[in-house]
Amino acid sequence: MSVENGVSRRAMLVKLGLLLNGIVGTFLAVPIVRYLMSPVIREKKFGYESWLSLGALEQFPAGQTRLATYKNPVVNAWDGETADIACWVRNVDDQTFQVFAINCAHLGCPVRWFPQSSLFMCPCHGGAYYQDGSRASGPPERGLFQYHYKIEGGKLLIKAGEMPTPGRAANLKRGGTTCA
Amino acid sequence: MRLIQKLGDWFDLRLQLGAPIRETAEHPVPHETASWFYVFGSAALTCFMLQVVTGILLALIYVPSAGEAWSSLQTLNHGITLGWFIRALHGWGSNFMVAIVLIHMVQVFLFGAYKFPRELTWIVGVLLLLVTLGMAFTGQVLRFDQDAYWGLGIGASIASRVPVIGPWAVNLMLGGPIIAGATLSRFFALHVFVVPGLLIAFVGVHLLMVLKLGINEWPMPGRIVRRSTYLQEYHDLTHKQGVPFVPNAVWKDILFSGFVLFSIAVCAVYFGPFGPGGQPDPTIIQTAPRPDFFFLWLYALLSFLPPSAETPILLIGPAIGIVVLLALPLVAGEGEKSWKRRPIAVLTILLIAVALGTLTHLAEHTPWSPVMDAWSGQPIPPQYLQGQTALQRRGAVVFQAKQCHNCHSLGDKGGQRGPALDSVALRLTEDQLIRQVIQGGGNMPAYGKNLSPAETTALVAFLKTLHPASQAPARDASRDVALGASEVSRRPQP
Repeated sequence: MSVENGVSRRAMLVKLGLLLNGIVGTFLAVPIVRYLMSPVIREKKFGYESWLSLGALEQFPAGQTRLATYKNPVVNAWDGETADIACWVRNVDDQTFQVFAINCAHLGCPVRWFPQSSLFMCPCHGGAYYQDGSRASGPPERGLFQYHYKIEGGKLLIKAGEMPTPGRAANLKRGGTTCA
Repeated sequence: MRLIQKLGDWFDLRLQLGAPIRETAEHPVPHETASWFYVFGSAALTCFMLQVVTGILLALIYVPSAGEAWSSLQTLNHGITLGWFIRALHGWGSNFMVAIVLIHMVQVFLFGAYKFPRELTWIVGVLLLLVTLGMAFTGQVLRFDQDAYWGLGIGASIASRVPVIGPWAVNLMLGGPIIAGATLSRFFALHVFVVPGLLIAFVGVHLLMVLKLGINEWPMPGRIVRRSTYLQEYHDLTHKQGVPFVPNAVWKDILFSGFVLFSIAVCAVYFGPFGPGGQPDPTIIQTAPRPDFFFLWLYALLSFLPPSAETPILLIGPAIGIVVLLALPLVAGEGEKSWKRRPIAVLTILLIAVALGTLTHLAEHTPWSPVMDAWSGQPIPPQYLQGQTALQRRGAVVFQAKQCHNCHSLGDKGGQRGPALDSVALRLTEDQLIRQVIQGGGNMPAYGKNLSPAETTALVAFLKTLHPASQAPARDASRDVALGASEVSRRPQP
């Protein structure tokens, strides 16, 4: 056996070894990527949203806007108080409701309701919304995010479970764009 | 003494590190580089080492669980002997590290040190800046309080704006549908394993190149960098008039690093640890979230971008900035190094510094945010109410009750979202005031549906009194004519 042959055979064995590692690595990469992507896969398969009760209708008097809270449907035992989410409920006329996300449509800060001036104001960058959730002023591009709601057995239910963000607004109703 | 010598020899025979270490320590550097301008890189590394040590100490107590992180921070602050001091060292160490990395970068830029053959050193340096900022942001999240919670919300809102993959990016960033336990766990993994791992790797490559290529010589105006001649010139410079790095240059590095550590310790003792602020309970909405110091400029910028341009600027702006920084040495790899002959470089630094400084200053005062309690907590100064009629005073009550004061200041009290109204009657006539109140516009909400005609009349009557005594209020010259004409037309015709 010549030296060159020996070298080329060993070089080939190295390449074979590398190839084997490459194949095993690819096989390992699949479960690793799936593990990392689990939050996305979970959403595509089952969705995160479900119908949740905000409580009896009596808590929301007609013509008023009140803060309500609910427990997020998808939780872990160690979520602590972060599992509790707030939202604004506006009872328009006892038949019609509007349930607004707490998150400003600009960058998600918690908006506050001022009944005296009938405005929602955001403490971060000064966004303001009218009582029907439509944009009044400031940097938001759109009105407040709204949850779908229904009334069952004297209770107000909303479809929620995901933090509303400007890019994920498709599942949520759009806030009105007209003036209050 | 001989025992130590023998012990040293025993180890060196096996490790064989003595000679390379000695060679590295004594490698010649241009003698002008033994300067106080060349101490920032080593000081940044010192800060990082402090962060590693204090970070490990904090990890002994800290619980990276959304339900318990906040109370474990309280325990660190109040329940563990000197826990507050370790937190303060870590927090102030972070601020110093970002500041020193930025200063180091400015110095390297102004001294032209990114030019041939140190292009890759600069590029890795840019990555180090990004990784350092990544450490600062993820660290801010681990201080799991209200600011951290809503800061994550801001991050998620920005990520969601990426076209097509935005919603996925949010799920990946948060580890689920909302900011919760999974979010904190993954930011803990990033802050403690992933980002520091990158940081150590980049620091290793960065330092290796500094040693292999030699420290940048002091830039002399007129000494032009050319790829064909530079290596020989630098070799001559270091070997003909160079000095050994240890001890000629290193004593300044050591002294400055000591000074930086001392300053961090003094700040930690005097100012104490950062937070944590309020509990990360999303149902407590009485909060005004703000990012840490080094992200304040971005916070301010986000309130000034026009809504229609915000998403493209947010997504494309940082990418352009990073590409420009990475491409700088490849585009300007040759030529003049001295800042005395590079006016555009100096002006660029000044412009960026002034812009960032101004935005940071603005973010500390947030003039764009309504003052949420001005209507109930900041009364109208008395001089604005003296000698007023009942109607005008009624208008002043409307001004407070309808929260006009949250956005408009009187006598420097109240919000700055809208213009100060101390002399609004000089700018707007009565009709214009009524129109502005009812229809809004110019970033002001419309109050038409929210004010009764009587309230509007009273409010405008009050606003009309807001002008200096020496100047007459604005009036529409055509009003008398128009009203006079309508008076005439209303008369019964004979």
